[in-house]
Amino acid sequence: MTEQPTIAPSFLFGRFTLEAIPYHEPILVATFIAVAIGGIAVLGAISYFRLWGYLWKEWFTSVDHKRIGIMYMVLGIIMLLRGFADAIMMRLQQALAFGGSEGYLPAHHYDQVFTAHGVIMIFFVAMPLVTGLMNYVVPLQIGARDVSFPFLNNFSFWMTVSGAILVMTSLFIGEFAQTGWLAYPPLSGIAYSPNVGVDYYIWALQIAGVGTTLSGINLICTIVKMRCPGMTMMKMPVFTWTSLCTNVLIVATFPILTATLALLTADRYLGTNFFTNDLGGNPMMYVNLIWIWGHPEVYILILPAFGIFSEVTSAFSGKRLFGYTSMVYATVVITILSYLVWLHHFFTMGSGASVNSFFGITTMIISIPTGAKMFNWLFTMYRGRIRFELPMMYTIAFMLTFVIGGMTGVLLAVPPADFVLHNSLFLIAHFHNVIIGGVVFGLFAGIAFWWPKAFGFRLDPFWGKMSFWFWVVGFYVAFMPLYVLGLMGVTRRLRVFDDPSLHIWFIIAAFGAFLIALGIASFLIQIAVSIKNRDKLRDTTGDPWDARTLEWATSSPPPDYNFAFTPVVHDLDAWWDMKHRGAARPLTGFRPIHMPRNSGTGPILAAISFVLGFALIWYIWWLAALAFVALLGTAIAHTFNYNRDFDIPADVIARTEEARTKLLAAQVNA
Amino acid sequence: MSSAATPASDAPVFFDLNEHPHPEGHSTSLGFWIYLMSDCLIFAVLFATFAVLSGSFAAGPGPRELFELPLVALNTSMLLLSSITYGFAMLTMEKDRVAATQAWLAITALFGIAFLSIELYEFHHLIAEGATPQRSAFLSAFFVLVGTHGLHVTFGTIWLFTLMVQVKQRGLVPGNKRRLMCLSMFWHFLDVVWIGVFTFVYLMGVLR
Repeated sequence: MTEQPTIAPSFLFGRFTLEAIPYHEPILVATFIAVAIGGIAVLGAISYFRLWGYLWKEWFTSVDHKRIGIMYMVLGIIMLLRGFADAIMMRLQQALAFGGSEGYLPAHHYDQVFTAHGVIMIFFVAMPLVTGLMNYVVPLQIGARDVSFPFLNNFSFWMTVSGAILVMTSLFIGEFAQTGWLAYPPLSGIAYSPNVGVDYYIWALQIAGVGTTLSGINLICTIVKMRCPGMTMMKMPVFTWTSLCTNVLIVATFPILTATLALLTADRYLGTNFFTNDLGGNPMMYVNLIWIWGHPEVYILILPAFGIFSEVTSAFSGKRLFGYTSMVYATVVITILSYLVWLHHFFTMGSGASVNSFFGITTMIISIPTGAKMFNWLFTMYRGRIRFELPMMYTIAFMLTFVIGGMTGVLLAVPPADFVLHNSLFLIAHFHNVIIGGVVFGLFAGIAFWWPKAFGFRLDPFWGKMSFWFWVVGFYVAFMPLYVLGLMGVTRRLRVFDDPSLHIWFIIAAFGAFLIALGIASFLIQIAVSIKNRDKLRDTTGDPWDARTLEWATSSPPPDYNFAFTPVVHDLDAWWDMKHRGAARPLTGFRPIHMPRNSGTGPILAAISFVLGFALIWYIWWLAALAFVALLGTAIAHTFNYNRDFDIPADVIARTEEARTKLLAAQVNA
Repeated sequence: MSSAATPASDAPVFFDLNEHPHPEGHSTSLGFWIYLMSDCLIFAVLFATFAVLSGSFAAGPGPRELFELPLVALNTSMLLLSSITYGFAMLTMEKDRVAATQAWLAITALFGIAFLSIELYEFHHLIAEGATPQRSAFLSAFFVLVGTHGLHVTFGTIWLFTLMVQVKQRGLVPGNKRRLMCLSMFWHFLDVVWIGVFTFVYLMGVLR
């Protein structure tokens, strides 16, 4: 596929030919067969059990923030498997390609693998998981019944799915970018990447980016407008605060990504000269722009994780969070500072000592609010009655691991040191240290913490602990060797090695990746075992951890309307306050609740967007035009529907609440 | 469980027993504002790009040779007038005068189309002279910045026609008023961006 014949694009198929199907690559053929068999099995099972109607009506078209949140999580976990498959392929390649061996991946394939790994892990694993948790938890934490724009929420989710499917399509039709996850020009320009890989990259990110930006707007409005009575800004739970800051960052940065990729698109499709080598183009401008988005992006991922750790620490220490106000200010300061550090990603650009010092210093300053958070968590634990449940274990692993990652980050922030370490495996080790040790551990803590809320039963602790230890130990075994290699000068993205003394470190790292694989397997087993034993793990109280914030005030899983009566908040730990001052659930006087209606427009628009993206990637202009008109037409047609809400009748609510009352009474009598 | 406990008589209120649902569209203006600011960032990137590349002529033509200020001034006046007429549409909308609102909206659309036509004429003229977007980084940045604004006006016009149909179908119901308000913000926002384009690209371009 590297040497695609340069034939003129045909009218009907654009530049798509049968050559674009990688049937001559055994690895891809085997993958395709496995995916096809798995896919047919899943689709067959859905058809056999007649679940299509249920899935479409209850899930795909749902505007319920809880269901959309769960669908985001499912997407993130599926894509994690793909992203991790890429990771283990790279580790294997680097462990094998010594002593004259070429390994097993040809260069053009290996380059796609490392690009896809980064793109998938950030955009289609971390982002959906973070967005999913925010979607699920934030409205419950602020005592709301849904988000501000429920239909938009559904549409955002499906746009993310559409982008993910586009990336997956590149595996079997054509190829993915071979440029690294940020697709720097001029390499990503049409002159050096003439094939479809970069176009897959561009359109997958553009389509998913629409969803991300809109969901950012949605959640900001939700937090600003829909808090229950009494919840002032400084009584918001910390997770809601970090979500607010994250969504502000999303809205403030994703348009930059959109515009930057649009300029690259213009270069590739129209022949403009923004980032080309000649006619006045300036490739370094792309690097600046993409990192003005890219650096805040990592804070978009880590801030919600900080929020999760805050909720977990105070819940499992049985104490109010230490230094709530400083926690909020630290979050806001990090939000602002994240905008002022982008240039540290390319000190080697040669912008001079003054510019580099400025960005080096701002980068180092970020460690101050982050350090303040660390102490807040420690002081919350101090003299607390700590319960070492799985979320708390992840929190402690995070505190140990993240501090190491933070310190290597400050090291990299020193421009002279960075000139040595730039683009080395030391950097790779650093950002995996903060992303796995921070974001991933945070997500696992969050999943274990809120799973009982979402499904009404806890996760199995044994397999959770297995997963925990494999992940934590696996992380250290996989990435500490990369620090060593980086200090020895090994650069990233290499496919073969000459120096045999490096070999042992790559073998250790590959073993670490294998341990992480066991961690992921244990996680999946944990879910399966928990579903199987759900009756034993059942929680009928709605508050299995004796926690503090409002999401625990309602049943697990919460009813469609979340709260029969909107709670009134008097304290930061609203639910804790309600429990300890004997707030009684009202048992009568229910009123009808106004709720949004489901809509199929979201998945339809996203499906058309997929077709549009695919047509643009392959230069099938007629199809692109058709899809564009269909997209516009469907969107406009949707606006002619004025009937978007309905009332849940009071007697339905009365019956639902009656059932919960019985469950709670059984709990007390037991 | 606390819910089984009996509340003390002096316990504070923990549930809103008498609540009213959020009115429809309660978050729309805020949400649309935030969307506009995100769109503003797209223009910010394009302006910044233009600033960096505005001197990269690659031995091709520069602003002084290319821009005809009288034409651009005419174009600017079209867009400014369309903002005024949209303002009139909003004033008549407040008084629930459907026919007058529709008339002002139609006039606004005509000004918008006039703006787009003049812009297309200008682009066509430039390209015919050989000043294509491919010719230099300066021209790439010029065409993409001005063209993105033009695309926005195009979509705004399509939106305007859609709303006219909806107002015809249902009259000035709250939902339609809200939509007209959003488009109003969008339309004025594009006007503000154009002032930036006119000043920064055309006027300062000819000065340099």
